Amino acid sequence: MAESSVSLDTTSRNAVELIGICKTFPGGVHANKNITLRIREGEVHGLLGENGAGKTTLMNILYGLLTKDAGRIIIKGEEVELQSPQDAIVRGVGMVHQHFKLIPPLTVAENVVLGLEPILVSTKMESHLGGWSVKSVGVLSQILPVDLSAAEKRIVAIAEENGMNIDPKSKVMDLSVGQQQRVEVIKTLYRAADILILDEPTSVLTPQEVDELFVTLSKFKEQGKTIVLITHKLREPMILCDRISVLRDGELVGTVNREDTSPEQLARMMVGRSVSFTVEKPPKEPGSKVLSVTDLVVYNAQGLVAVKGVSFDVHEGEILGIAGVEGNGQTELVEGIVGLRKPKNGQVLVNGKDLTGKSPRKVRNAGVSHIPEDRHKKGLVLPFTIQENLVLGRHADVPFATGPRRMLLNLQESRRVSKDLVQTYSIKVSDVSSSAQTLSGGNQQKVVVARELAAQPKLLIAAQPTRGLDVGATEFIHQVLVGMRNAGLGVLLVSAELDEIVNLSDRIAVMFGGKIVAIRKPSDTTVEELGLLMAGHEVAGGSDER
Amino acid sequence: MMQAIDPNLLLLGWLIRSTLEMSTPLVLAALGGMFSEKSGIVNIGLEGMMLMGAFTAAAVSWYTGNPWLGLLGGIASGGLLAVVHAVACVTFKGNQIVSGTGVILFASGFTTVMLKVVWNAQGASDPVTKIPDVYINPIKDVPILGTAFGQMSPIVYLMFVMVALSYYVLYRTPFGLRVRASGEDPSTLDTAGVNVDHVRFVAVVISGCLAGFGGSYLSISFLGFFGKLMTGGQGFIALAALIFGNWTPIGCLLAGVFFGFLNGFQNTIQILNVPELQLYLNFVKMLPYVLVVVALAGIRKSIPPKAVGTAYEKEAKA
Repeated sequence: MAESSVSLDTTSRNAVELIGICKTFPGGVHANKNITLRIREGEVHGLLGENGAGKTTLMNILYGLLTKDAGRIIIKGEEVELQSPQDAIVRGVGMVHQHFKLIPPLTVAENVVLGLEPILVSTKMESHLGGWSVKSVGVLSQILPVDLSAAEKRIVAIAEENGMNIDPKSKVMDLSVGQQQRVEVIKTLYRAADILILDEPTSVLTPQEVDELFVTLSKFKEQGKTIVLITHKLREPMILCDRISVLRDGELVGTVNREDTSPEQLARMMVGRSVSFTVEKPPKEPGSKVLSVTDLVVYNAQGLVAVKGVSFDVHEGEILGIAGVEGNGQTELVEGIVGLRKPKNGQVLVNGKDLTGKSPRKVRNAGVSHIPEDRHKKGLVLPFTIQENLVLGRHADVPFATGPRRMLLNLQESRRVSKDLVQTYSIKVSDVSSSAQTLSGGNQQKVVVARELAAQPKLLIAAQPTRGLDVGATEFIHQVLVGMRNAGLGVLLVSAELDEIVNLSDRIAVMFGGKIVAIRKPSDTTVEELGLLMAGHEVAGGSDER
Repeated sequence: MMQAIDPNLLLLGWLIRSTLEMSTPLVLAALGGMFSEKSGIVNIGLEGMMLMGAFTAAAVSWYTGNPWLGLLGGIASGGLLAVVHAVACVTFKGNQIVSGTGVILFASGFTTVMLKVVWNAQGASDPVTKIPDVYINPIKDVPILGTAFGQMSPIVYLMFVMVALSYYVLYRTPFGLRVRASGEDPSTLDTAGVNVDHVRFVAVVISGCLAGFGGSYLSISFLGFFGKLMTGGQGFIALAALIFGNWTPIGCLLAGVFFGFLNGFQNTIQILNVPELQLYLNFVKMLPYVLVVVALAGIRKSIPPKAVGTAYEKEAKA
């Protein structure tokens, strides 16, 4: 089976041809506009584009999960009308979704066989009964016993063949994200897929897991499988792909060979203009203290000490970046400052006013704005309209509340202000009265940012403000943060992205194990030193021991 | 062992028997609810499906004189009513609570009217042929055992068979795997190439059949007639048993038996004929229901299927 020469002379054939694909969603969004894309057999094809560019929609159509409005699909030379994923699966198409299609309480084996369950009787008895097969009992096979142990053996075999390691008996909810992704890949291999679609496979992985995935993918390539890699990151297609197609606003911008392109060109194709990877930041003398935190102790939801006596100041016109591997107390620190979690000890002063343990509303009224790390759970009420989300928190104040004792909402005013904000922050919406759910991640984050800054704060606390956002939106958020700093605001930036911290911050505080282990100026430190501090290593000249 | 029989021992046997009898309809209906909810469809219509089963079983038994045909009729009628629920909730993605409520209201009205049509009665039907009890003669005179198991409806034994069968179907067959997947994350099932609506539809119909089974037991095995609204909220107790039993067959059995025990306990106290207790009979009658509330409030580790109660729409969002 290991004939490496096979893949060479078949490169010119197309595994998949998508011709003139159009798709409009019920809400009126044109996700795909007349896209024609040819994917060659045995190649790794990158599908690049910002969030909401239509990449996933296009691949969901190829996988039979969505129906197309117009266009033709040709798989391995055969024109097909896909009614359901089953039609795509039998033709060898497999898809690993960005949000895993796994059922956490079920075991690995149960998840893999779902929809294609091997029947115990058939494997045991087919040998005795000659031509007898499961098909002859039709729907009855549904209540025959599943042969899970045979499936488990095959899963282990498939995993070993591709250099993966998995226990088929363990429950999916007990697996790490990287292992869960492996289950997804095995699921497609179990169905003998030779055209693999991977939707943003690296967005949830640690750097080491990304490397492992890439090893697996190059193995697939050696085996002659066709791979489509959906991504919005620039690094990945440059490492792995033979050809890269770029989508923007539902249209195909173009397809390029990897050798003929550069990250800069790809970014330009993706965003439609040149993108600066660094942020312009004029030097600025910090002013007086806006936020002063002393000896803050905060417990987490499990009742354990998460923040163990943290002290720092944020000044006007300064960005203080808090670096650290996630789960070292950053979340609890932010929640302790903004009033979402009551500190057990210590003090929080904003412009000299004691706000320790005060309610979020009081903190807010004192001029603190907060961009929460989870925009879906804490930043937005997803089913609410964009307009409602934009005035949330200020809805009870003039001018959004009106009438006697401010009992009524002034909808005209909030609509007018919302429209202004949508314009100012160039949020892509069809109408401010559509729900926040309909927006892409980047635009949702812009709604949160717009609302928080419209309150004209003195202090901005931004937690993971660019998580999951594409190049364009990230650039925008960065500019806004620096803009606020230039305008004299104090900014507390918490981020797990070290690059972001280093590029934006005037001072960097490293958090490890619930403590701030060092505070550095970007000019006085290196990424290597910060990395060591984040991992809990003592560095010469560091601050107090633990 | 066969000397003077202590009346307390007799009572214990009676309590065991009463517990099993009272728990049989609860367990059967709870198993029904389990299939529906495991697939993602809430079925508060269990009460109505039980009532329909009770009525149909009695009517068929009355017309044919064959209680086993009555049982089949009762099961089928529960399933038929469940088809209505399935069409509303699965095919047309309607609200599951509203549809379930409709099922209950329809069944109460329909069976009350038909009670008048078939037997020209207001409260209770004429006696109908019962499913004959199973006698185990060798143990007839053994204390406790004899009272408890000497004479028992075969449906009580069938109930245990149904628990085992439900366990097998849910955890050992492709259909069961798909039902569980459908209740946790229907989009994953869809992605795996399985028609979610088919799975849910069948699961809801099975649910109705089991509820109808439980209802039939009441009319043609336990009592021998159909009484107006005779289920008296047992469908809701079955729902509670389902939650208490954490949506598993064994859990449904244990919870059903627990609630059955509370009912049996109350019956036993009634036959005790202690004047002090008789004074507070209504209070004693209330106890099981109070305990249901306490039990449900007390449990924490009850995890419902994740997607229960939500309709699955294919292209809702990309």
